[in-house]
Amino acid sequence: MTEANDWQIRAEIEALYARSAELLDEGPISAWPSLFTEDGSYKAVTRENVDQGWALALMLCESRAAIEDRVYAIEHLSLTIPRRTRHLTSALRIAPEGNAWRVEANFVMFETLAGAQTVCFAAGLYRDKIVRADGALRFQERTAISDSALIRNSLVIPL
Amino acid sequence: MRSWPGNGTHRVPYWVYTDPEVYADELRKVFGGKSWNYVGLEAEIPEAGNFKRSKVGETSVIVVRGKDGEISVLKNQCAHRGLEVCRQDYGTTRTFQCPYHQWTYRLDGALSGVPFIRGVNGHGGMPDDFVREDHNLQRLSVTTRHGAIFASEASEMEPLEDYLGPKMLALFDRVFDGRKLRIVGVSRQRIPGNWKLMFENIKDPYHASLLHVFLVTFGLFRADNPSRTEMDSTGRHSALISRRSTNLAPNTATQEMASFHEKLELHDKRLLDIVKEFPDSATVVMQTIWPNLIVQQQANTLATRQIVPVGPEAFDLVWTFFGYEADDEAMRARRLRHANLMGPAGFVSLDDSEVMDLAQRGIHCDESGQALVEMGGRGTEDHDHIVTETAIRAFYSYYRSAMGL
Repeated sequence: MTEANDWQIRAEIEALYARSAELLDEGPISAWPSLFTEDGSYKAVTRENVDQGWALALMLCESRAAIEDRVYAIEHLSLTIPRRTRHLTSALRIAPEGNAWRVEANFVMFETLAGAQTVCFAAGLYRDKIVRADGALRFQERTAISDSALIRNSLVIPL
Repeated sequence: MRSWPGNGTHRVPYWVYTDPEVYADELRKVFGGKSWNYVGLEAEIPEAGNFKRSKVGETSVIVVRGKDGEISVLKNQCAHRGLEVCRQDYGTTRTFQCPYHQWTYRLDGALSGVPFIRGVNGHGGMPDDFVREDHNLQRLSVTTRHGAIFASEASEMEPLEDYLGPKMLALFDRVFDGRKLRIVGVSRQRIPGNWKLMFENIKDPYHASLLHVFLVTFGLFRADNPSRTEMDSTGRHSALISRRSTNLAPNTATQEMASFHEKLELHDKRLLDIVKEFPDSATVVMQTIWPNLIVQQQANTLATRQIVPVGPEAFDLVWTFFGYEADDEAMRARRLRHANLMGPAGFVSLDDSEVMDLAQRGIHCDESGQALVEMGGRGTEDHDHIVTETAIRAFYSYYRSAMGL
């Protein structure tokens, strides 16, 4: 891969991350599953479980269909106190793997409950596998690993 | 000194959720009293030298498996100056050493090393009458049953079997049936509400059939499901036992549920691919064990939930999801998938953590208000339905006697 290509793919991946943050924070969250391949998976886990070798996830979606179910529940089924989130992503480490890219990045998610101050809800690491499908980059795997094991009350919006 | 308003427990004064003095009393009489506090599962510390950090009330404890396989529960506090000697949630070690002055303890808590105990070059050292054996890590009473570990600060504890009573023991043994357990993972959340709200939530099947769209719509828990609400003879433990509906058609029970979604269908149906795994017909059993444990079986997700109080207006809920060592690959995958229902992001339990936040906000500054707990009457007897708050009344009946309120 040439250096020019490196910068091109980095820009494309950063655009995917920006779009993901935009859909989660500004909506419509119902469009967020479209950033995944049909067989794409999303997991939110804590570092404690990763370190202990335990597979438990806070959220486990093993298909785009399951991600659609999660998003539908957030929008229509769950009783939640109104909130706003803000996802920041930085320090992307990109490694090509065949036709895919393995990407690690740092993330922070802030949360603002209605009437309350903004708090840092989670900080952690994304471990992603990104592929080109139907003409666009999409997540085939996205795992968000929270540094803290202790969640501040409820995890509503995906990390 | 506070006094409980009126007779019975069909009204609960809001100060039990907010008063710092009541809370301090609870730490002494409820968590620190004659109670078997759940502290973990043996499968979390399977090998000699494995330890986990846990809590009894607000007290930090180390749950550790010794060289002989015996489990000790030690107060996590150096006998010298009171530091926490164990600084990790899980680990493996041969000794616990306080970082401050390197006092060293064996896995059973015995103090084995005090640097400069006889001084240096004739200077200093501990007094001649210092007896090392008098300064061990404090050991709590410990009992285990079929893989679950309980501890108590009281030295004279009744056997766990008597503590639970025959009805609750049988329900406990339903999930903890002696098979070896396998840890699926741990979730932790800090809920901004009084710890008793968590027990009330699980002892309140009335809300479950209304608040939880997920449960109701998919028939996992509905007011018209065959159900029972049962207590032990003291009222301190309870269980909700229910069987999933196969007929999900709307009816009189769903008419009053604002949240019922008749047309809802999952895109990925594996989430509710439920397999019968217990001999009876119940599909959900939620058991609460005084003073800090919930045992959850809903679909194929099994978990203990440990309630850890953090002041009067917050608690940590520690979920340990588990299965059995004999689970095949399909069951392991299923348990992970069904765990989506529960935990800090659970399709079901998310509603509860949000509601507990709202409850605490609502009662936070109300000194004279009272909760109304009269669904299903004012008594504390077992019911063969779930349109009742009887288990909450039974809980407070025992709570009043334990607290002297």
